Amino acid sequence: MKMSESMQNRFEMAFAALLLGATVTTAAYAQRDPAYQAARSQGLVGELPTGYLGFVTPPSPAIKALVEDINIKRKAKYTEEALANGVTVEEFAFRNGCRLIKENTVAGEKYQAPDRTWKTRDSSPPVVDARCP
Amino acid sequence: MHGRLTARRNGAIRAGMTKGAFLFLPLTGLLLSGCVQVTAPDKPIVINLNIAIRQEVLLRLDQASKKVVEENPEIF
Repeated sequence: MKMSESMQNRFEMAFAALLLGATVTTAAYAQRDPAYQAARSQGLVGELPTGYLGFVTPPSPAIKALVEDINIKRKAKYTEEALANGVTVEEFAFRNGCRLIKENTVAGEKYQAPDRTWKTRDSSPPVVDARCP
Repeated sequence: MHGRLTARRNGAIRAGMTKGAFLFLPLTGLLLSGCVQVTAPDKPIVINLNIAIRQEVLLRLDQASKKVVEENPEIF
C-alpha cells in the first residue's frame, strides 16, 4: 500500500515535470505575436545576418509596421547589451544575428546568407558569415 | 512710338514678375522635400555588413546574446 502510494506520487511528479517541460519549450512561440509567427512561417520575413528582421517579399503595410516595430525593439535591447558588454551595437547585433540564424530559425523559415540571397532553413546547417563564432 | 514704349514697359513688368515666381521655387522645393522626409522609408533598418567586427569580442558575447534571446522571446 505504501509502495503503491509512493509510486503514484512518482508518476504524478513525472507528469507534472512533463507538463512543465512542454510549457517551457512552447513559451518562446507562445509569446510571439501570431501575425509575426505567421509571417515567419510563411517565409514573408526572415533573419538578416545583421541581427534584424528583413523582408523576403515586398511587405504589406501591416507586416511592414510589425517588422519595423520588432527591429526597433531589437535595436533597443542590442544597445543596452552592447553598453553593458563594452562592444558596439553592430557587434552585439551581429553576434545575435549569428545565433538567431543558427539556433532560432526552424525548418521552413527564411534567413539571408552573406551573399544577400534568401535561403530556407532545412535540416542542413545554415550558411552564416565566416566571422560567426 | 508711344505704343512701343508701353509694350516694352509691360515686358519689363512681366519679366519682373517671372523673376518673382522663380524666387518662390526653392521654397516650394523645400516644402516638397520636407514632405518626402516625413514618409517612412520602404526598407527596414539595414546595416551595412562591412561594419568593423572585432572577432575576439564575438566569443565573449555568447552568454549575453543567449540571455537576450531567452528573455525577449516576443521579439526574436
